[in-house]
Amino acid sequence: MSAVRGTGVEGRPEDIRAVPVRRPGRWIAAAIVLVLAVAIVHSIATNPRFEWDVVGEYLFAERVLEGLRITLELTVISMAIGIVLGVLLAVMRLSLNPLVAGASWLYIWFFRGTPVLVQIIFWYFISALYPKIDLGIPFGPAFIHGNANTLIHAFTAAVLALGLNEGAYMAEIVRAGIISVDEGQADAAQSLGMTRLQTLRRIVLPQAMRVIIPPTGNETISMLKTTSLVSVIAVPDLLYAAQAIYAVNFRTIPLLITVSIWYLVCTSVLYVGQFYLERHYGRGATREQAATPLQRLRIRLGSLGGASRAAP
Amino acid sequence: MSTAPPMVLAEGVHKRFGRNEVLRGIDLEVKPGEVLCLLGPSGSGKSTFLRCINHLEKINAGRLSVDGELVGYREVGGKLHELRESEVAKKRAEIGMVFQHFNLFGNMTALENVACAPMRVKHESRDAARERGRALLTSVGLQDKFDVYPSQLSGGQQQRVAIARALAMQPKLMLFDEPTSALDPELVGEVLEVMRSLAGDGMTMVVVTHEMGFAREVADKVTFMDGGVVVEEGPPGELLANPRHERTRAFLSKVL
Repeated sequence: MSAVRGTGVEGRPEDIRAVPVRRPGRWIAAAIVLVLAVAIVHSIATNPRFEWDVVGEYLFAERVLEGLRITLELTVISMAIGIVLGVLLAVMRLSLNPLVAGASWLYIWFFRGTPVLVQIIFWYFISALYPKIDLGIPFGPAFIHGNANTLIHAFTAAVLALGLNEGAYMAEIVRAGIISVDEGQADAAQSLGMTRLQTLRRIVLPQAMRVIIPPTGNETISMLKTTSLVSVIAVPDLLYAAQAIYAVNFRTIPLLITVSIWYLVCTSVLYVGQFYLERHYGRGATREQAATPLQRLRIRLGSLGGASRAAP
Repeated sequence: MSTAPPMVLAEGVHKRFGRNEVLRGIDLEVKPGEVLCLLGPSGSGKSTFLRCINHLEKINAGRLSVDGELVGYREVGGKLHELRESEVAKKRAEIGMVFQHFNLFGNMTALENVACAPMRVKHESRDAARERGRALLTSVGLQDKFDVYPSQLSGGQQQRVAIARALAMQPKLMLFDEPTSALDPELVGEVLEVMRSLAGDGMTMVVVTHEMGFAREVADKVTFMDGGVVVEEGPPGELLANPRHERTRAFLSKVL
């Protein structure tokens, strides 16, 4: 028998083949889950009020796709602002200058302490507070004059609100990442003659990324969904587009399903992106890189074929 | 030769952390080409003093100079002026330091660790930095580990990469902060071997260590510190064999 199973490695003992423990609980739990799943799927498929034909009709409707584009734009721009601002605020927060660190603290306190919905509406009505906006030297000459109403329309207000709010959250995430890097790394970098800025950029931040990426992925997914709040100030995002349609034809449920499908598609894509980013910044931190789903599939298929190979 | 300034000169160096006085007046001299071993119980201020030499810690009183120039300050008309960060960095670049816990950059391979500072600080070309990096790693016996990350190396290998990284900046002085204390016993030898050959090449070294064999064999001078002061110093043969001071005797009887 061992002659048949021999894999060419001489003297290797046979793997243990024992009778597994019976686990009736598992079978019962699996049966319950299966019954529930069938019930739910049956209900979704047979309840005519889901109106799947309407969902199909609107899934690729021009107005819905246009709304999706606005939602994605808002997400990307707001996250970009949030990340840049977050790094800046985190570095400020760790500054030795108490005024700089205090300013960062105050910013984070304010923007984390008020609801983002309030902030969105606030920015929308900013012209009531500052009817005219001048960009220039404080108390000195201004280079750009503008009417707040024309400078800040709904989309700008939405981006400002979401981005500035996100900055406060990202600041805490980045700060946690920077603190997580061993102080010895900075010691070593400085002993080699690197300045504080070089140390931060070349040594500390790249290693902080491993800690920063996962929550940032969460933030991005969260941001994608939070953008739906801007429908209150009539930015024609994905949700607003659906609302505009069902306000006319009263097909509320199928349109909300349409919207949900698109949100799910987008968050799923973000999941994949997050996986590869984490893998990239995990270099050097773990002894072996996590296998990509494709590699895992190949390994599984390989083991199904009978030959158990080690991961490459 | 007698006109050359001492590589390290400490006169009455004091260092406090809050109310905790760690260094209480260190006087010490290291000549160019000399190997000095700092011995002493933990908490005696050896590592702190080492960190003061390249200004990772600021001293509170006294004078400390490296190669004839004050550490961290410039003296103009009898007054001390703090150096700018870039000036401090420039001076640090001439002093190599090796840490107890290696502190290799975890996001870089062995070769990138070694080539990083020459590229970023000295603005050498990538090819030149990597070329010398390969030569240095080869000289510490790691010719087959260029593209390996620190987490995949043993402690002894990591410390050898760390030494190569410090040497890549072509320092005039090397500081070793308990370089073998975090290593498994069987890995200590390979690191000491590298340090021994470095001393043989004439490098000026200040070594905080508990390796009495290394001190006896390689050091030109041994300094025993306790409680933030230098208790006694002398050639290793004398100090280790016939310590004059009671505290030195007590310490040596425990570690030898």
